[in-house]
Amino acid sequence: MADLSHGPADAPAHHQLTGIDSRKLGMWVFLSSEFLFFGALINNYLLFKGRDFGPGALYPVELYDIPFTSISSFVLLMSSLTMVLAHSALARGDQDQTKTWLFATALLGTVFVSGQFFEFGEFILHGLKLNINPAASAFYMLTGFHGLHVVLGILMLLVLAFKSMRTGGLSEAEGLNVELVGLYWHFVDIIWIVIFVLVYLIQ
Amino acid sequence: MAIDVASDTVERAETTLFRRPRLTYGFWSWITTADHKKIGLMYGYTAFIFFLAGGIEALLLRIQLAGPDGAFLTAAEYNGLFTTHAVTMIFLFVMPISAAFFNYLLPLMIGARDVAFPRMNAVSFWIFLFGGLFIYSSLIFGTSPPPVGGSLPGGATDASILGSIPNSGWFIYAPNSGATYSPGTAVDYAALGLQILGVASLISAVNFIVTILNMRAKGMRLLRMPVFVWMTLVVALLLLFSLPIIAIALFMLTFDRQFGTLFFVAEAGGDPILWQHLFWLFGHPEVYILILPAMGIVSETLPVFSKKPLFGYPAVVFAGAAIAFLGFGVWAHHMFSSGIPTVAQAAFGLSTMTIAIPTGIKIFNWLGTVWGGRVRLTTPMLFSLGFVALFVIGGLSGVTHAVVPSDWQQTDTYYIVAHFHYVLFGGALFGLFAGIYYWFPKVWGRMYNEALGKWHFWLMFIGMNLTFGPMHWLGLQGMVRRTWVYPEEAGLGAGNFVVTVGAFVIAVGVLVFMINWSYSKRRGRVAPNDPWDARTLEWTIPSPTPEYNFAVEPTVTSLDDFWHLKYDEDGEGRAVRKEKADELVDDLIHSNGNPDHEIHLPAPSYFPFIVGFGIMLIAYGIMYHTRPYGIPLLVAGAFLTVGALVAWGSEPLEEVHDEDHGDRGGDLDGEDEAAEPALSEGDV
Repeated sequence: MADLSHGPADAPAHHQLTGIDSRKLGMWVFLSSEFLFFGALINNYLLFKGRDFGPGALYPVELYDIPFTSISSFVLLMSSLTMVLAHSALARGDQDQTKTWLFATALLGTVFVSGQFFEFGEFILHGLKLNINPAASAFYMLTGFHGLHVVLGILMLLVLAFKSMRTGGLSEAEGLNVELVGLYWHFVDIIWIVIFVLVYLIQ
Repeated sequence: MAIDVASDTVERAETTLFRRPRLTYGFWSWITTADHKKIGLMYGYTAFIFFLAGGIEALLLRIQLAGPDGAFLTAAEYNGLFTTHAVTMIFLFVMPISAAFFNYLLPLMIGARDVAFPRMNAVSFWIFLFGGLFIYSSLIFGTSPPPVGGSLPGGATDASILGSIPNSGWFIYAPNSGATYSPGTAVDYAALGLQILGVASLISAVNFIVTILNMRAKGMRLLRMPVFVWMTLVVALLLLFSLPIIAIALFMLTFDRQFGTLFFVAEAGGDPILWQHLFWLFGHPEVYILILPAMGIVSETLPVFSKKPLFGYPAVVFAGAAIAFLGFGVWAHHMFSSGIPTVAQAAFGLSTMTIAIPTGIKIFNWLGTVWGGRVRLTTPMLFSLGFVALFVIGGLSGVTHAVVPSDWQQTDTYYIVAHFHYVLFGGALFGLFAGIYYWFPKVWGRMYNEALGKWHFWLMFIGMNLTFGPMHWLGLQGMVRRTWVYPEEAGLGAGNFVVTVGAFVIAVGVLVFMINWSYSKRRGRVAPNDPWDARTLEWTIPSPTPEYNFAVEPTVTSLDDFWHLKYDEDGEGRAVRKEKADELVDDLIHSNGNPDHEIHLPAPSYFPFIVGFGIMLIAYGIMYHTRPYGIPLLVAGAFLTVGALVAWGSEPLEEVHDEDHGDRGGDLDGEDEAAEPALSEGDV
């Protein structure tokens, strides 16, 4: 996240005993905490999804549109590819390509979030409101917090992308930010794979 | 020295139009500082003010309970006070004052000029401060109407001021914390406030872990770190892995209360027991988060005041890590009476008992450290020994809770209250006071008054045992917790009176401490260079600590490196002070106080303060989202927070300083210019 990507700007090597830049290490440490965040959310959903909420109760699982969600999942996975391309373009010193792939990643992320908005809208039209039963609450909370993480990722990507439009493009220190946002972005993708399998596919 | 830093400031002011705040004194220097020492002091002062608030709450509770059928407080006020007392002492006192020690000492002990992310360190503090203010603002804004089907005395529609602060226990158990049984905002202030404090702790946990892993002095391998640094690392890891769980639980509670979800509403298929699992999955590691810093402190003071190395250093370190690891596997011992399966009860009873093993290892190692040492009974040593003694009592009564049938008898009685006050007051607080006295000369460059310090110790020690000792008996006689009166026929009056007297003895002790502190920090005897004949790096620099910590980057060749500079071993393994020890120490400290080049320090910033303030506004916005001003507050808070973060993250990273001083000071100077235009951007 933006605040995590900040620290000593050009710390020399002896400063980092682990050999990993402090900011990168910080991101890894932060992400290890995020795993438990999503772990607790996934656990909630798995706990509540099978509960019997009485006759006529509506469950998220009845409304899944697997082909649709598969496509949006594919889009999110592809955004990991474009993220890698952005990073490797920067490593080559190709600022133009970096800019392109950063925008592409943000765009694919936006497509995914729009898909989620659409899905939520459909579900609510079918009567699956946030507070209809705990299964629905847990579903919305899990996917909603994931979506929020994607939105934050898009924000960070856009900040970097717009910075890369300046003459001269991204500085070396900002280059590390690309890597950090990349780490975060891949994490958010990995979490989505787990959610997609556990929540959507295994019913 | 400081002059170098100042001249550096002037130079930069000429090179940039908009510059970051650079004052090194006065009000704004504190608001914008990124110096770990200033942040540490702010943590300390804030925590102490909250400690006084929590203490006053405790005294009010004790006045109410001094005799049978007390009429000093109403039931609602009692609920508010005991809850806020706990929330304050745990989240607003012990955790932040531990953070004060981490902040001030961690870089000094590992030989660094600051933490890995100085401004993130500042943001942790500001988020904590605004989170604490948020919780206490419930005194002004909080409401607590009677629950559905309940009533308040005299048919009132809202509890009094003291009844409207967070009032459902620090554990905020469902379903009592749900909208049905706790209407009004009292629980929201607790849930959202703890969420904010969690963000602060998470950020500082990341910061400390990276600092310890990446920024140790040359030669300081992991097993050459002072035990206090080890315990900081362990606590940070505990925070890292337990906070996300309570974050989710608090989000669920907030959703239940604000958006009508049904997570904890049993009649709609929700699961109140799930709250208990999630809460204690965080809550039990939390108690180690509270005690391990104090254990780290006494592991520093006991060797110094016994003139011996810490007995079994690796065992103490690994025992600390083992306590943390096992701490994640014992949470359900808080839930023996909640109807969880028998097998689970047996398993959690056993796992709880295993915690006694690493704890016992630590106790015996501390005793082994003191044994045969040349013991100096200074105030910090008295507090350290008091810590060991009282913690043993609290630890042993803890083991009795691990025995499930016995725990059924003790649940919700004062026996439990006695137990956790022996470990948290007798343990954590005594350890923290030991640290406050031990590092007093480091921070202020002056000595505290030893006589007043001893008065403080004995008042606290006697008061503590008078207060919490009789609670064991009261509890076993069946006196229930969280109940505002007890009848005369119960025969609990005498014991409770003693408890109340003890509480006031403690209060006098704290008063003595405050007098000693405020007098000695200005007028105390000037502290010698190495007042305690210490063993760790923070004593190899002048006192009070210079802004840049170390003028010369330290190199470490062994555990207790500073000690080995001063002492040799004789043929029988006894420590013998070197003839030239005094000279060596003076030379070292002199060279550390006189840098021969400019040292760049972390630049101050406005943004951490703004982020903290913005997050508080977001919390108000969520709580009052149904009111007309709720959403504007939420939007304003989000703008401030995101704007400040973007501005902060967008500051140009160009380096101005030249590379010729390749010391570690230079790189802390992260970013150099143009904070002001970005500020206005974030200030929308």
